[in-house]
Amino acid sequence: MKRTSTTNARFWQGNEACAEGAIAAGCRFFAGYPITPSTEIAEHLSKRLPHVGGISIQMEDELASIGAIVGASWAGAKSMTATSGPGFSLMQEGIGYAFMTETPCVIVDVQRAGPATGQATKSGQGDIMQARWGTHGDYSAVVLSPNSVQEMYMLTVRAFNLAEEYRTPVILLADEIVAHMREQIILPEPEALKIVNRRGPDASEKAFFGLEEVPPMPSVGDGFNVVVTGSTHDEYGIRATADPLVHRKLVERLNGKIQNHAKNIADFESYNIDECEVGVVSCGCTSRTVYEAVENAQKSGIKTGYVRLRTVWPFPDRIIRKMADTAKTIIVPEMNLKQLYYEVERAANGHSQITSINKIGGGELITPEELLTKITEAGRKND
Amino acid sequence: MTETFSPRKYLRDIAPPFCPGCGAYTVMNVFLRAVHELGHEDLNKFVFCSGIGCSAWIPSPHFIADSVHTLHGRSIPVATGIKLVRPDVNLVVFGGDGDIVGIGMSHFIHAARRNLDILVIMVNNMVYGMTGGQVAPTTPFMAVTTTTPYGSFEYPLDAARLAVTAGACYVARWTTAHVNEFKESLKEALKTKGFRFIEVVSQCPTAFGRKAGFKDAGEMVKWFKQNTVPIEQAEKMGEDKLMSKIVVGEFAKKQRPTLTQTMQATMEEAKKRIED
Repeated sequence: MKRTSTTNARFWQGNEACAEGAIAAGCRFFAGYPITPSTEIAEHLSKRLPHVGGISIQMEDELASIGAIVGASWAGAKSMTATSGPGFSLMQEGIGYAFMTETPCVIVDVQRAGPATGQATKSGQGDIMQARWGTHGDYSAVVLSPNSVQEMYMLTVRAFNLAEEYRTPVILLADEIVAHMREQIILPEPEALKIVNRRGPDASEKAFFGLEEVPPMPSVGDGFNVVVTGSTHDEYGIRATADPLVHRKLVERLNGKIQNHAKNIADFESYNIDECEVGVVSCGCTSRTVYEAVENAQKSGIKTGYVRLRTVWPFPDRIIRKMADTAKTIIVPEMNLKQLYYEVERAANGHSQITSINKIGGGELITPEELLTKITEAGRKND
Repeated sequence: MTETFSPRKYLRDIAPPFCPGCGAYTVMNVFLRAVHELGHEDLNKFVFCSGIGCSAWIPSPHFIADSVHTLHGRSIPVATGIKLVRPDVNLVVFGGDGDIVGIGMSHFIHAARRNLDILVIMVNNMVYGMTGGQVAPTTPFMAVTTTTPYGSFEYPLDAARLAVTAGACYVARWTTAHVNEFKESLKEALKTKGFRFIEVVSQCPTAFGRKAGFKDAGEMVKWFKQNTVPIEQAEKMGEDKLMSKIVVGEFAKKQRPTLTQTMQATMEEAKKRIED
């Protein structure tokens, strides 16, 4: 059927938007394993990637999926996998490998209620800390948190851009609600979309793992004789499994290239933080509740503001600290038993009182009424 | 023909970390000789993948080539990603028995089933050598290892027959006592397409030999020689007689479309259907 519409408006599901965002970002390889609530991403890409000359394959498990996307990335393709809690746990070793080998790739974790099988079809935000600390060893994560279908598209594009820019795995931390809901999305014009591609080496370059903060990345099969290893290695990829200096230099650089650019990576939406007495900090699906609650609180005369995090990691300390300078109370609503809470507390550094609303199970969102009640309580206490 | 051959042209000037008498030296040497005899002056057309374990260190970082030294058991998934994006490269996986048919078993079966166009060389030393000699899926029945101090009460896996069942195009098993046969087999495998699997039973004098009661590496190679049965002969023997034997030879030799070929053909067909 021919499209008659001339606009770029679509009515899409979040997972569909994520898949299309990946294609727009240049993703040409997907490997995954079915798991609710992320499966539609695999289904959509297996249909769509062949149209653009890409490859989609269902692997035997999540260990293989993360392995395959790392391999594909080294072969020169932008690559992605999508999973949910249990599969995300299985991928953790591979994410550490991608970090250690500086392999750009995108891992989508559509959160559901855990631990273990938990409630497979119900939303949750219990993977915030796993996304940060899931792999072993000293690691810095880049984790983005969409709260709408539009952002499932836009942040997937950004996830690829950050992966390519910093040569590191990037996690899109979605949740069942944003992944499964359908709403309007306005597709950006392809030429308006900023697309970042990894920097390849010059013919004479040989240091693919050091010398520069983000070294150039060759592809295998192009004659660079690149040595890739997850073991500690020097600037040329040669293993050094006992030398303390080589390990320090490598792992400090890998963490530094994320932490030193935390300000550039940080992305958030904020409202009224310079004047608020009560602040709300949230991310993902929970933040959809915040807009209405804050608006109603403002109407009732309580000076309220919010920060909504689009990048959860590296944690944007500065904006929280700024909010803490004015807000007497900061409320952290989340669909888990306190994860973001402790980060907000740390960043506020005693300048605000931090309080939380936590709701888990059944995929039930914190309602605007529940949040408003909490804001009102805090507002009253502050008087 | 007595041409002198040195594998050095393919190797970085880094001393291999293997113990004296380790079969990995033989495997490395025989592989490079096969490559040389096939006329490759360098390894530029190859990409090597390996996992964790002593034999994973045969290509990485020693071969002057692209090599990806992956996580334990995950060399085949990484190879899958590389090979699908770059079907033109000659992809060879090196791995130990623990890596390929222990922790990585499922990938091995699925790659054979899909007919991923790679050659997997499994160096079977019957033990987890790098960690000091623990029981492996390939450890002979009742063999003493550090985690089976009273003898292994499990039956070992026949990886070559498993590869045949899973659909591999070429399957062979040799030992480090069969260098010529192993070399010819490698040449055969390197010339053909599809999932190819060569198992080479190899001596680990340090972690396996000592516990199992062998004096040195030479004794182990002698044991390989005395205990091997050619596959043609083995087919006529009963299971009980083959219990402690190593069956060697070519187990499979066939052609069928590779994963890339079936994938491309499927997409072409789909395109035609949409256009019609």
